[in-house]
This record gives sequence, structure tokens and C-alpha cells, in this order.
Amino acid sequence: MKVTLKVWRQKNAKAAGEFKTYTSPELNPNMSFLEMLDVLNEELSNRGEEPVAFDHDCREGICGTCALVINGTPHGPHKGVTTCQTYMRSFKDGDQLIIEPWRAGPFPIIKDLVCDRKSFDRIQQAGGFITVRTGSAPDANSIPVPKGNSDLAMDAAQCIGCGACVAACKNASAMLFVAAKVSHLGLMPQGQPERYRRVKAMVEKMDTEGFGACTVTGSCEAVCPKEISLDFIARLNRDYAVSLLKGEPKRLKGGGAG
Amino acid sequence: MATLNSNIPSGPLSQKWENHKFSSKLINPANKRKYKIIVVGAGLAGSSTSATLAELGYEVHNFVFHDSPRRAHSVAAQGGINAAKNYQNDGDSVHRLFYDTIKGGDYRAREANVHRLAEVSVNIIDQCAAQGVPFAREYGGLLDNRSFGGAQVSRTFYARGQTGQQLLLGAYSALNKMIGAGGVISHTHSEMLDLVVVNGHAKGIIVRDLQTGGIHRHSADAIVLATGGYGNVFNLSTYARGSNVTASWRAYKRGATFSNPCYTQIHPTCIPVSGEYQSKLTLMSESLRNDGRIWVPKRKEDAKKAPADIAESDRDYYLERMYSAFGNLAPRDVASRAAKTVCDEGRGIGSTGLGVYLDFAESIRRLGEDKVRERYGNLFSMYHEITNENAYTSPMRIYPAVHYTMGGLWVDYNLMSNLPGLFVLGEANFSDHGANRLGASALMQGLSDGYFVLPNTIATYLSTVKTGGRPGTEIGEFKEAEENVQGFIRRATSGKGSRTPDSFHKQLGKLMWEHCGMARNKAGLEKGISLISDLREEYRTNLRVLGDAENWNQQLEKAARVGDFIELGELMCRDALMREESCGGHFREEYQYTAADSEVQQGIVNVGDVKRRDDQFAFVAAWEFPESADKAPILNKEPLVYEEVKMGTRSYK
Repeated sequence: MKVTLKVWRQKNAKAAGEFKTYTSPELNPNMSFLEMLDVLNEELSNRGEEPVAFDHDCREGICGTCALVINGTPHGPHKGVTTCQTYMRSFKDGDQLIIEPWRAGPFPIIKDLVCDRKSFDRIQQAGGFITVRTGSAPDANSIPVPKGNSDLAMDAAQCIGCGACVAACKNASAMLFVAAKVSHLGLMPQGQPERYRRVKAMVEKMDTEGFGACTVTGSCEAVCPKEISLDFIARLNRDYAVSLLKGEPKRLKGGGAG
Repeated sequence: MATLNSNIPSGPLSQKWENHKFSSKLINPANKRKYKIIVVGAGLAGSSTSATLAELGYEVHNFVFHDSPRRAHSVAAQGGINAAKNYQNDGDSVHRLFYDTIKGGDYRAREANVHRLAEVSVNIIDQCAAQGVPFAREYGGLLDNRSFGGAQVSRTFYARGQTGQQLLLGAYSALNKMIGAGGVISHTHSEMLDLVVVNGHAKGIIVRDLQTGGIHRHSADAIVLATGGYGNVFNLSTYARGSNVTASWRAYKRGATFSNPCYTQIHPTCIPVSGEYQSKLTLMSESLRNDGRIWVPKRKEDAKKAPADIAESDRDYYLERMYSAFGNLAPRDVASRAAKTVCDEGRGIGSTGLGVYLDFAESIRRLGEDKVRERYGNLFSMYHEITNENAYTSPMRIYPAVHYTMGGLWVDYNLMSNLPGLFVLGEANFSDHGANRLGASALMQGLSDGYFVLPNTIATYLSTVKTGGRPGTEIGEFKEAEENVQGFIRRATSGKGSRTPDSFHKQLGKLMWEHCGMARNKAGLEKGISLISDLREEYRTNLRVLGDAENWNQQLEKAARVGDFIELGELMCRDALMREESCGGHFREEYQYTAADSEVQQGIVNVGDVKRRDDQFAFVAAWEFPESADKAPILNKEPLVYEEVKMGTRSYK
């Protein structure tokens, strides 16, 4: 099979980008989408054209690096998979495929199809953790976790931080991402002491990074390769509201004894 | 010759670590602030150690080539992490985990390191649970376990089929906490391209900023490499495409010795290769062997038949037949070699004949499809995505693939290499898995090294380093190292050659698989060395990288990594050639059990099992880079002294 590719090319963050059209070499339907791009890049290189830059690493759907919008949909036509788990058998001979990077203000383009998602890290640095000094943990079985909570926390924890939710959202909102992180830790007993502090800090950081507001259209859930549920956004909103009502604990004057 | 002192503490094995911690020097909190430590890599070992060192008060700089520390390839580990908790009451103990690991490594690991690993394993689970890692639990809210290869107890903790991601997110959250608190400075999209050695001590690194192409010098009081394994030397492997040996290799070329490079783990259950375009092999977790049964047809005439058309009586469940005590849970090296043997006999299945069945029919009958789906659902859907086949109705097709490397930079008990100030953690070092790693032990080692070992042992070195004595980056050693990096970039982008880095990588991979793969022999290895040396020459003269070095350039990144893989490939062949015995994942055809051996007659091992030669090869090989590149590398040997365990014949029958 062969396909026509309209690919976004952009030299660097400052340069203007444009679509370029290529005809793919002969393809095998069992190729992954990224292997198709590998083959295209070898052909481009052999004729002296610079290969298309695209992000990828594990190629098994877990590292969250690959990030392509294929024909308008982040991660392509299949539900519940990443770009790297999309196979050419999902397309027909002669199809035109339009390939773009994630497009969102907080994810500036680095080159061609590669964008910079460090804003996600910064949100997590603001509060996406349970403070536990190495060596200070009690025996693991001294903290029982109801299986239902643990399973639900795991559903949220599956988020791979790819950013497809942001790319799909008309407001470039990161709510599903933040909701997944907040819900994972907030559902565990270990996460309770910092529960409200965490949600407040992460939401504030999300806002200052320039992600937009959530209007609950569900476009994020529809493209999430791990099928993270929109329900977690409700959980985030509830925790955030409580955190605002609770306010900050009153600071005490002076230091401790001793 | 390099000086190799393993610095194993004296005293009884079970007390070495406690005694060592007590007798090690401490650094007072006010002084810790004055030491700067560079950590390269942010997988389980790199993240956990960066966070812990910063908690202790050191100034930590963490470097990763990824856009985020969370993308390191630890994220892809599926099955689980071992710990000697004995929550199952099935007879597990620190000593049993230690013994299983030593035996699993075919008596080629250091006893003291492995015992420490087993001791620390219990603390890891506590630490991770406290961080909120959503481990699988029973209805009572306590932790669940499952079984893994090479063990007869259930000691593996897991989080569905993505234990690696969940443990990494735990370590990453600890790292984030310390980045947020200012204790760790995170340098992302920053690839280490050289090590700077000053007066024999590792004191800095040269880094390329992948976004801007800028080359930067960084100095520190100690350097920690946690940069993973080198299995991508085979091109096709279960590793992430970006995993590479460059940081370790550049350290080797600056004087760190490289140990046991030929010890490669070939994982028995991966999805078979489907075509020339293939870029990656996907693992199907070892946990599947808890409930899946591996078989091929008894007769080779049946190999092309559909599995449903092969009667039960015509199937050979060869692992159950050959290794009845462990059956389908035989260790990885044993299971892989058995798969190769039955395929070599012409009984392999699938279009290429390089495949065996992993069958769940019996488990589905016994447990119901829902239970199987709950345990392995994500793996079955991953299998379906890749092959377009339904493993609930027809058995999976699997074949061994490169998965892990037990070899790596040599380290002493303190995890310090022979270059003072250079520490190596996780898969990047050689120390804990001998010649074969057991399933669910890689995560354990990465976190043990990172959370609990290095943060204690690094003080032994730092206490000998004067505070404030860090060299400035303007000195000659830094200048020379930067020029070394710049020179390569200039040559690669000069536009003279005609072949892409990928084409070299593919060729190298095939060569390595053929000559230094699952079965090795003298003639093949000698041929491999000569072919790799030709490839290296062609790479030097005919490499072409498009684009410029001042922008994002993935082909340039790849070029540097492939060049290092080619050089490493040659060293792996040399190591495999030198090691005239078989052990664990290293199988030399000349050294295997035959029907004439008494061990076979007594029923301890099978014909074709690996045959060690302890009288001559009970040592760690530590290769030293020669004075000049045209000379052969120098072999150093660290004898393996076993105080506790007797080096026995490894039997899983």
C-alpha cells in the first residue's frame, strides 16, 4: 500500500511552519505508524532531504513520548492507543494522512512534529507528590487500602503524560491530566495529609502555565490513550472547591521549642 | 592495568551491610550542602537517587536526554518487583531471595552485593507504598503477590501490567518534590557526551542541549551514571528506541572498566519479528507464564497447521517436560534457549518458523475469561494491537528477544567504578545479576541502588574530597573533552558520507544477533569481530547526517549513539570469545552438557544445558580501554569468592 502524507515542517520554535506533501514508499499494513515514518525518513535522507523530526521512544504505548495529530485526531483513529500503537492496517491504500504536532500554547513547537511539554513537569513539581523521605516509610501492609480505592487510583495513575488531552481541547485545558494526578494520590490514604494543598497548588500552576479552562466537552477523554475517565475531573473540581473553602491554616508565630 | 578492589566488607555475609553502614564515614549536614553531585539518567535508579541525595542535603543536578524524567525506559517494565516480604507465608526470606538470585545468575554475581539487594528489597516496597504507588491489593486492603520465573515462592509485587510506570512515577514524584524544593536542578533534553577526568577522578561531564545544540561543561564533586543498559546494540530489542550506551561508553573510554559485556538477557516471551521495517520488539510480560502454557507441535510436519488443528496429544509442552520442577516458570535464559532448540529442530510455528505458542486455553477453562482478563487484559489488548490476533481464542505466538544486559561498568561494593568519583547504578552497572537476571529483579536493583545504597556509600568517597575544591570548567581537561565532542559533531555534519545512522544500526544489529546472540561459538565470534571492525571503518568514512547541529537534530543524536554501539559490539564479541564456558545468558556451543556427563545421567540437568567452568572462569571480566584505539582492550579479572553459597550445578528440573 501507499499513502499521501501532508506533514507539518517547521525548522525551530521561531520559524514559520508549513505543510509539505510526500508520497510514502511502498508500505506493509503490519507496520506501525512510526515505522512508516522511519521508512519515509530513510528515503528522504537517501535523497538528501532532512528527515521529519518526530518524538518517540518506547514504542509500546507507555512512555508518553509520541505525540502526533493524525487527520485531526491526537494519536489517530483508534480509541485507547498511542500513536506508536497505531498500525497502517487502520488506513487504506491511497489515503491522504495529515500529520501535525500537538498544538497548544503551553506546548511550544521545537521542530516539525516535536513539541515541548515541560509545562507538565512543572505542574507536578508544584505538588504532585506525597512527601515521604526515603527511609521513613512504615511497613507497607501497615497502611491497608480498600481494593476499590486502590483500583480506582490505579485507573487514574495509568496516565502517561502524553498531553493528547490538551491537544484535543479547544481551550488547551490540562484538566484531565491534573485530575488524573490529583485523583490517584487523593484516593489513597497515604495522600490525605497533603490532599487539599496538592490540588490547590497544581491547579494554580496549571493556570499560570497558560492552560485554558475546562468546559467539560469530553474531547480529552475521547482521545486519551489510557481512557482516563472524565469522572476524575469532577473529583478534581470537588477537591479544589473544598480546598478553597478550607483556606490556608493559620500560621503560628515563632519557631518550635528547643 | 586497572586497580580493582571490590571493597567487600569483612564479617558474616548477613551482617556486612549493617556493619559497613556503621563503619562508613558520615558527612555533617552543613558540609553536605557544599558538595555538588551530577546524576545522569532519571529512570528508577537515577530519579530515586537524585531525590534521596537532595533530601540528605547535597546539591544535585540531574540530566536526561528526554523531555521529562518520567519517560526513562524503566517506565516500560510490566510484570513486577521482587521483595522478600514473605507476606504469602510460603517460605520466603531474605536468604531465599539472595540464594535464588545467586543461582539465577548462574553463580557469576558477587555474593555480598546480592545479599544486600535482598535485604534492602523489603524497604523498597515500604517506600513505594508510602509514596502512593497503587500496587495490586487483596480485598482486605493488603498487598497482593504473584510468581515469577526462577522462584518457587510468590514474592512479586505488581501494579497491573505496568509496575515499571507506577514505580517510576513514584520515584519521579519524589524527584519532583525535590526539584520544587530547589534541592535538585533538572536539566532535560540534555545528553551527556563525555566524562571529564581530572587527576584521575571523575569531576565533570560535557552535555549537548538537544534543543539548541549548545555544548555545555558541568563540574561536580562526584558523577553518578544511571543510564541503563545497552541491549539496543542488537537494534531489535524490547528497549526504547532512545536507550543507548553512550554515557557508559564514553566513561569507558576515559578509563572506567566495562564488565562482562557479553552477558545479555534474551527474554523468552516477545512478539516475533514480522518484517524488515521492524524497529522494535514488544515484550509480553513474564507474568503470563503464571497461567500460560508454552508448546510447539511434537512433529515438524504439524508446524504450519493452525493451532486448533493440532490435537492435545500431538503437542509438546517442552518446558514442563524438560524442567518439571519449574515448568513454564523456568528462568529466562533456560526458557529462551529451549525455544531456540525446538525451532532449530523445525518445530517452530508461524510464517517464519521462529515462534512458539503461549496458550491460555487451560487457564480460561479453569479460571474463566473474566479472571484472565483482569490479570492480563492490557497485555492481551497490546498483543491484539500489534498482531491483529485474539489471544483469548487462539494461543499467542512468541519468540525470544533481547531484553536486558547484565554486564555494565564495573563497580565496587560502594557502587564506585575504578575511576574515583564515578558511581554507576541500576542496569548500567554489572554487579547483581551475574550471567542471568531473574524476572522482577531489575526494578528491585534500580531502586535499591538509588534509594538505599548510593546515598549511604557515596559519603565514603566524598569524605575524602575537600569542600570547595571542585575544579572550574575552564581548565584544560574540560576544554579537551568539549573539543572531543565538537570534533565528532563537525565530522558527522560535514556532509561527506552517504549512509544514515539507522542503516548502520540495522546492519550492526543483524551481525550481533548472528554472531553474538543466543548461541555463540569461537569461529562465529571471530568472524563477528572482523565484520564489526569493517563496519566501524565504513562508519568512520561513510556516515552522513543531514541538518545542522544548532537545532534539534535526531539524526545527529542517533549517529553518536550508533558509533558507540559499533565499538561496544566488538568488545562484546571479544568478551564472549574470551569466556570459554557457558553460563546463564552466555551460551557457548562448545560448552554444554552431553549424554556422557554424569549430571545428565543423574537427572540434574538436560543435554544441551549450559556448562560452567568454575576452575577457570569464576571471575568478573573488567575490560580496560587501551592507551590508543588501535590496540586491543586489556582484560582485568576480579575473582568471584563465594563464602556462603557453594557454586553448584544450576538445576531447574
